[in-house]
Amino acid sequence: MRALVWHGKEDIRCDEVTDPEIEDPRDAIIRVTSCAICGSDLHLYHNFIPAMMPGDIVGHEMMGEVVEVGSGAAGSLKKGDRIVVPFTIFCGECIQCQRGNYSVCQRSNRKKEFADKVYGHSTAGLFGYSHLTGGYPGGQAEYLRVPFADKTHIKVPDGIPDETLLFLGDIFPTGWQAAVQCDIQPTDTVAVWGCGPVGQMAIRSAILLGAKQVIAIDRLPERLSMAEAGGAIPINFAEESVIERLNDLTNGQGPEKCIDAVGTESHVSFKHPDTIVDRVMQMNMLSSDRPHVLREMIYVCQPGGILSIPGVYGGIVNQFPFGLVMNKGLTIRTGQTHVNRWTDELLRMIEDKLIDPSFVVTHTADLADGPDLYRIFRDKQDSCIKVVLKP
Amino acid sequence: MKLFSRMSDIARSPGDPVVITPGPSVKPAADQMARGLGWFSLALGAFELAAPRTITRFLGMEGHENLIRAYGAREIAAGMTSLSTEKELGLWSRVFGDALDIATLMAACRYSNPKRENVALALAVVVGITLLDLGSANAQTMTHSRRKGRHRDYSDRSGFPGGAIMARGKALERQRSETTGAIR
Ligand SMILES: [Zn+2]
Ligand SMILES: [Zn+2]
Repeated sequence: MRALVWHGKEDIRCDEVTDPEIEDPRDAIIRVTSCAICGSDLHLYHNFIPAMMPGDIVGHEMMGEVVEVGSGAAGSLKKGDRIVVPFTIFCGECIQCQRGNYSVCQRSNRKKEFADKVYGHSTAGLFGYSHLTGGYPGGQAEYLRVPFADKTHIKVPDGIPDETLLFLGDIFPTGWQAAVQCDIQPTDTVAVWGCGPVGQMAIRSAILLGAKQVIAIDRLPERLSMAEAGGAIPINFAEESVIERLNDLTNGQGPEKCIDAVGTESHVSFKHPDTIVDRVMQMNMLSSDRPHVLREMIYVCQPGGILSIPGVYGGIVNQFPFGLVMNKGLTIRTGQTHVNRWTDELLRMIEDKLIDPSFVVTHTADLADGPDLYRIFRDKQDSCIKVVLKP
Repeated sequence: MKLFSRMSDIARSPGDPVVITPGPSVKPAADQMARGLGWFSLALGAFELAAPRTITRFLGMEGHENLIRAYGAREIAAGMTSLSTEKELGLWSRVFGDALDIATLMAACRYSNPKRENVALALAVVVGITLLDLGSANAQTMTHSRRKGRHRDYSDRSGFPGGAIMARGKALERQRSETTGAIR
């Protein structure tokens, strides 16, 4: 079959690979009908996530039709079922899964010993996201083996287009969880850093959850125009001071809730000298992350407020003003998304036409064009926000 | 690379797909160029750091070893940057470095310098490299410029079939009515 394969930094290719096979009775295999490139795939593309190996298939946003089911998954899945695959693989039985903490499932990471050593305690297995998270092949491919498939799926009805459902597997619940973690009150201002796909979903989620005002921060006009369409007040950080504008919009109080939908690769600019220092340290392996957004959030957030962080970070964060967090009494909530905790409610909202996540799709192409689209998405050319690939 | 990918297959389980034939690389020519120049920078920088005396003797610039070492450090920084994702910055800093090299060599090209011919030769080489650096820095900027492609406006994409104003607080209302429904 064809699949997008990681060969090294900025080198993803459409390779011919062998087909996946059922290994465990709880496995299923799907024929992928749509998959997407995620902002966090760019961290892999830039080789900022450790433990990637040449030959790894990438991609963790995919949906398709079940074509083969192991005996252990046969009770809950059958051939022909249409499913969206959550990017977090979970067993449904361990203590964490029982609590609904699917993204830290104790059993789905098959490289657990390795990950335990690095992280203290390992997180769940993820599709196409390095050997720290299980080394599972990703879904930017024609076929995908889904481990623990009896649990790791979201059944979706026919009659709704792929583009509307696909994002149930990652960015929609990710933006939603980011907003839910903010514990939004009707008097709250929610500021969202980064208007990429997750930021766009977080903005809409904060609106749906009744925030008084939602503020969107980015530097790309097309992304800000999409954020504004969703009900947010845009701030272009290339043109105006984020801190000043946020204080203006909140009568000098600062936003109660802040969402970091940027993560480890903050935009590097001479206007913000800390981003240059971060980049130099990162190049010399003195720091793995560039936390400019985190610093800004901590500084501007209203005391007693909440910082919600769906953005991906890799390891050691430098120059982190923890004293401010402590003295301002800020709460930090973060984590990979517990996808299936939210998807029943989100699917119902889609079915009831309250929201249609397909608004975010700007590019649709054949899987073979995937490698070029990684670059276009990274370079933010052609007003690209979200790429859907058809295997 | 092929061997490396075969080796990494050890980390896979039997049901995982393995590469049969790799697809073509889509790395733009500008990026391949940056990679070449990046490695060249590292090699030259290492040489300048390790053997500055060889260079000063060749150019009749004895006594300026520390300057050469500083230039070596500069080359290494430019090389690392050119090999990173900040290729554009790396290549433009190489162009800046070339200008420094040219100025230094011009100063050394005095009649009193017995190695004047060597300096002239080095100058010719550096000018050639400068042209190459200029070309690839320019190509790098062009290839990755955000200005490429269409410029679109997405102000018609609210994502809310009923409009953004109608959507405000809707999920909360639903959650509340579901809980009260459950209590009833
Ligand atoms: Zn993702
Ligand atoms: Zn579990």
